[in-house]
Formats: sequence, C-alpha cells, structure tokens
Amino acid sequence: MVVYLLCFILFLVGLYGVVTRRNLVKIVISLSIMEFSVFLFLALIGYVHDGVVPIVDPANPDARYVDPLPQAMVLTAIVIGLATTAMLMSVIIRIYRKYKTLDIREIKNLRG
Amino acid sequence: MKGMTLIVKKTTQLIAGIVFLYGIYIIVHGHLTPGGGFAGGVIVAGSFILLILAYGSDFMHLTREETGSTITENLGILLALMIALAGMITGIKVFFFNWLPHGTVGELVSAGVIPLYNIFVGMEVAASILTIFLALLIFKEEVTKW
Amino acid sequence: MNPLIPLFVAVPLAGAFLTMIFGKFVKNLNRYIGLIVLLFLAIISYYSIVTVSGTVSVYKVGGWEPINGIPIGIYMVMDSLTAILLCIINTIGLLAVFYSFTYISQYTSENYFYALFCLMVAGMNGVVLSGDLFNIYVFLEISAISSYALVAFGVEREQLEATFKYQVLGGLASLLILLGIGFIYWKAKTLNLADIKVALGSAPEKTHYLLVQMLLLSGFGLKAAIIPFHAWLPDAHSSAPSPISAMLSGVLIKAAGIYVILRLFFNMFIISEEVAILITTLGALSMAVGVFLAIGQWDIKRLLAYHSISQMGYVVMSVGVGMILVARNTKPEVASLAIAGGLFHLINHAAFKSLLFLNAGAIEYRIGTRNLQEMGGLSQFMPATSSTSFVASMAISGIPPFNGFFSKLIIIIAAIMAKFYLLALIAVIVSIITLASFMKFQRYAFYNKEVQKDEKSPKEVPFPMVASMVTLGILCLLLSLLVLPQVRDIVLKPAIDILMNSQMYISPILGM
Repeated sequence: MVVYLLCFILFLVGLYGVVTRRNLVKIVISLSIMEFSVFLFLALIGYVHDGVVPIVDPANPDARYVDPLPQAMVLTAIVIGLATTAMLMSVIIRIYRKYKTLDIREIKNLRG
Repeated sequence: MKGMTLIVKKTTQLIAGIVFLYGIYIIVHGHLTPGGGFAGGVIVAGSFILLILAYGSDFMHLTREETGSTITENLGILLALMIALAGMITGIKVFFFNWLPHGTVGELVSAGVIPLYNIFVGMEVAASILTIFLALLIFKEEVTKW
Repeated sequence: MNPLIPLFVAVPLAGAFLTMIFGKFVKNLNRYIGLIVLLFLAIISYYSIVTVSGTVSVYKVGGWEPINGIPIGIYMVMDSLTAILLCIINTIGLLAVFYSFTYISQYTSENYFYALFCLMVAGMNGVVLSGDLFNIYVFLEISAISSYALVAFGVEREQLEATFKYQVLGGLASLLILLGIGFIYWKAKTLNLADIKVALGSAPEKTHYLLVQMLLLSGFGLKAAIIPFHAWLPDAHSSAPSPISAMLSGVLIKAAGIYVILRLFFNMFIISEEVAILITTLGALSMAVGVFLAIGQWDIKRLLAYHSISQMGYVVMSVGVGMILVARNTKPEVASLAIAGGLFHLINHAAFKSLLFLNAGAIEYRIGTRNLQEMGGLSQFMPATSSTSFVASMAISGIPPFNGFFSKLIIIIAAIMAKFYLLALIAVIVSIITLASFMKFQRYAFYNKEVQKDEKSPKEVPFPMVASMVTLGILCLLLSLLVLPQVRDIVLKPAIDILMNSQMYISPILGM
C-alpha cells in the first residue's frame, strides 16, 4: 500500500510544480514527473508477488508471471510521453526565440 | 556545432559501431527476448547521436540529415502499415493478421510477421528520435546564429 | 467482419506518410493526397451510416478470437453513434482540406500541414471506432499531438503561447485519463468497454467507482472544454489557422470529448444520479458562462471560440437531463428525447461552427485583421462570405428554419417535459444572448459602414474557400430535415437506442 501512496505523492509533487513554477522548462519537467508517477502506478498494478518475467519458458510450464498488459500500456504511454515532451521542448525553443525569455509572467499576449 | 576533444572522438569511434550492432541485435531478437523495435530503435538512434555530438556538424549537414531521417521514418512506418494491410488480402483477411508461417517457438526466423514489424518499427523509432534530436539541434543553431 | 472499419484509420495514416515522403518532390501532390483521402473517407462514412442501421458490427484486429468468452484482442466497434460521428469528422475534414487549398498557401511547409491534418483525422476516427479504453487513449493522443502542432502552425507569438497552454492542459488531461484507465484495470483486469461493464458488475465498490468516474470526467471534460476546464480553448481555437479552428471547434472537442463521455457514461458505467446531476450542472454552467464571456469579445475567432463552449454546454446539459432520467428509471421517452436533442445539436454545431470559423478565416484572408472594430461594410464586397455567415449566425442563434432552431427547441421541450424548468429558462436566455452577440458580429463585420467601392476594396475569396463555405451553408439548411420523423428514425433513433440500452452494445461484442 505504501508504494501506491508514494506514487500518489510523486503525482502531487509534479502537480505542485506545474502550478507554482514560473519557468517554462520547469513546468515541462514537472509534467514529466507527473507522467512518470502514473507510469509507475500502471507498472505496480501488473505486479504479482513472486512473479517472473512474462516470457513463456518450456522448461518451467507453471511459473507465475507478472501481468504483461500494464507493461505494454506503460511502454506505449512512454512513447506518447516522449512525443509530447519533444513537442513541448520545440515549442519552448520557438517561444524563447520570439520573446527572449522563459518567464511565464512575461509571456501573456492572450487574455480575456 | 563544434565537436568535442580527441579523447571523446577516439572513444566514440570505438564504441559507436558496437552500440549500433547491439541495437540491431535487440531489434532482430524482439520476438524472443525483452526489447524489440522500440528499445532497439532508441539504441540505434543513440549511436548516431553519439557520433554527431562527438564530431560536431555544420548547419547545412544537419538539415540534409534531417531530410533523410524524416523520409526514413515515414518509409518505415509506411512499410509496417503495408504489412498490416497485407493481412487484409491474405489468410482470414483481417487487419494486422499474422499471415506468414509461424515456425517453431524460440527460433530466430519464426513468429510470422512479428520480426518484420519489429524491424520496421525499429527503423521508424531510430529515425524519428534522430529527427527529434536533429530538429532541436537545428533550432539551437538558429538561435545562436541570430 | 466489415472490412471498411480498419480503413477509417489506415487510409489517413497512409496518406500522411505518403505526403511526407513524396510531397517534397512533386508539387501540389500533398493537397491532392489530402483531398483524395478525405473524399474516400467521407464516401465510406456515408456508406456506413446507411448500412449500419441499428446493428453493431465488431472488428477483431489481428483476428484474435475471444478465449473462454474473454475478449483478448483489440476490438473496433461500429454502431450508429460511431457512424454519425464518422460522418461529421470526415465531412468537415473534407471541406476544411478543400478550403485549405488557397488558405494554407500563404504559409510555408504545406507538406507538414496536410500530413498532420491526415494524422489528426486518423486519430479522431480511431477514437470513435475503438472498443477499448486504452486505444481510445492512444488515438486521443495521436489527434491531440497533431492538433498541438497545427495550432502552432503559424509560429507567431500568440500561436506559440496558445499551443503551450493547450499542450500543458492537454497533457494534464491525458494523465488524468491514463490514471483513470489504470484504476479501472486494477479492479476489472480488462480494458474492453463491454467487458469492463460486465467485470465491474451491477453493484460495484462505491468509492473506487466514483473516483474512476471523476478522473475520467475531468480528463475528457478538459478535452471537451466544459466550463471549469475551459481555459485553453479560446486561445487555442482562435490562434490556429482557420481550417484548423474549424476542425478543432467543429469536430475535435466532440470526437475526443463529448463522444467519449457519452460512450463511457452510458455504455460502460452504470449511471448514478449524483454523477448525472453533476454533468447536467456542468453543462448548464458552460452554457451560461460561455455566452457571457463571448459577448464582450471583439476578436471574431475568440468570440466564436467562447460560443463553442456555450454550445457544447447545450449538448452536455441535454444529455445530462437524459442521464438523470435514465438513472431514475422514469419517463424513458422524455430521456430519449433529451438525448436526441443533444445529439442533434452536436451534429448541427459541427456544421454551423465550422462554417463560422471558415467565414472568419475568409475575412482574415482578405482584410488581415480579426478585430471587429476595424472592419465594416464587407457585405458589398464579399457576398458569398456575408450570406453564408448570415445563415450560420441565424442557425447558431436558433432562428427558424435553420437547423439550430430545431435542436434547441427539442432540448428546451425535453427539459420542460422532465420538469427542469430552470434549465429550460437558462437555455432560452442563453439563446437570446447568443442572438444578440451574433447580431453584433453581423453588424460590425458586414454592414455598419458605407464604404465606397474602389480598386483597393477587398474582393471575394477564391473558389475553393467559397465552395466549402457554400456547401456548409447548404448543410445548415439541410440538417433541419433531421427533425422529420422519417429521417430521424434512420439516423438518430438507432444511436439513442444504443445509448439508452447498453445491453445492445455489450451483447454483440461479447458474443452473448
């Protein structure tokens, strides 16, 4: 149970960062922390006590395997997270080129 | 972008090939051991990134490289899609059908089309990560230039 | 198995990759690939909506048959609701691509535009077709990431700022959705929508169930921009290139937000009254707050974006009324009327809101500004834009004989019959304020000033833009026909049946 709680705390740490940080790069880092807490949670769901890697071994037919589906989900989600982060970073570079700053308080043309 | 020192260059020269081969190994054995297209593709891209970082490159080269890697990426994913669509005209005619003979479990050439998917996915992942890296590098070069 | 189902995803993907490979070498190939792909998709989606008629066809990707009645593969499901959404996506997509022929040529790197557009369409088609929760997430991300890139397509200051905001909130939404999926998988040990309903059973564990519902509601609510989660929408939708604004406002918030909420809460969860009341309240709130935020705007596209929030509020409110009645298990005919109103308004909103954004794009294309105070007297110079935008404005404010009138009428009648008089009153007031807001738009943009015609005055926009706008204008009139019982029985009725009776959705998938 403690590990799930730690996951949740990590999630909150990320959320705190997204809400309070003023630097664009730090916001992205916080978002990544949140992302990885969710991945950790997904990986924990699939954990089976005393389970082995889910590869079928003819020598050991009745082994207990951990659940492979959440692992596949995590892999897919990591790929998606990679794409999102890359996209965000490239947008930040573009923003830096236009505004010459990374401070979110100075980047507010849009309002109302 | 400037390259790094001689020590880094020499070390890179020694290990880049091995990293590349290791990536290929992971991709090809994707249906037998942990890993596969994604993990192997990242390693392959890593070897290219290592070389670019160690030896440096100029702006023109980088843009040309990016064009090449974009095309490779799209070609890889298009081929994977074609294999998936080929499932719709062979066998039981289902999208993503495994239409090649399955072979025996545990051999390198087995599991039907899954190794092919691994190879194309590896190609796509390697090229796309290289594209992301190159795009960010080109951005950075442009920023420092202005 | 119906072989058309995977083509909805595979063809636009292939189009995107082909554009990226060959678009550099052959001039104008990119736009023709886009047009052909979307034309093909539109034709097969019309074919699907005619043939589906109440049946649920299941496509098992990879041919993985269920083992011991447990579905193990990826399922794609086509039913009437899906077919309606597919028609909306691909029709609006086709017109937006045709509109882009001239509009996008003012930007550089058209290849990327058409490739990303195809990817976005593939993602949305995938969301509405997929039958399991994780694939919904994956396709949602495909469409979301391509829309992030498309919002920033002009790489100007505002667009970059808007896309950053959109991406951070969109990323947050995806994480909440993923967390919700994780919690569901924890208890149900399956991801198939129908199987989850069976696995969670008729008496689920209360706290867990509520937690999952709240996570998914806030995640998809963020994607659909229901009111407490709306902060990104006005920025993103007003900064994007106009055909993309039309796609985002007209299609993406429906396919990625409203559709999934409908599907999950009607077909996967057992509807509980508290959640239904919450959804109705959120809908009513978005309806009222959205329109009040809209009325003070002077930027055309921002005004339209706030109206999107308000109009989506109508849909959510009406569907929520249906949910409350289903949960209470009373008055099924009123519930089905309320859901019919919601779905009808969803279809109508796609038509008139895309048209309005295309009009705004046409004005921007010729005058170069989006500020209402700087324009005026355009009706003499741009007759097609002016008349189609008049049609759309009347449709969105609910003036007969345009489509918006009938859907709003159905929603108000359903609210009164369900004895929610306050909601009916809010709906009427919001509709009046909407009318006022669009009178302002019409007056300032197209009439107001008497401008002498000379060679410097703006001309009508080129043919592809006019053709798309006129088609959508005609659609705004034609969609009124859905109110006739004969047409409604073919298009809307099967979709409502699927939503009201989740057994109709579950049994074909699990083969019971």
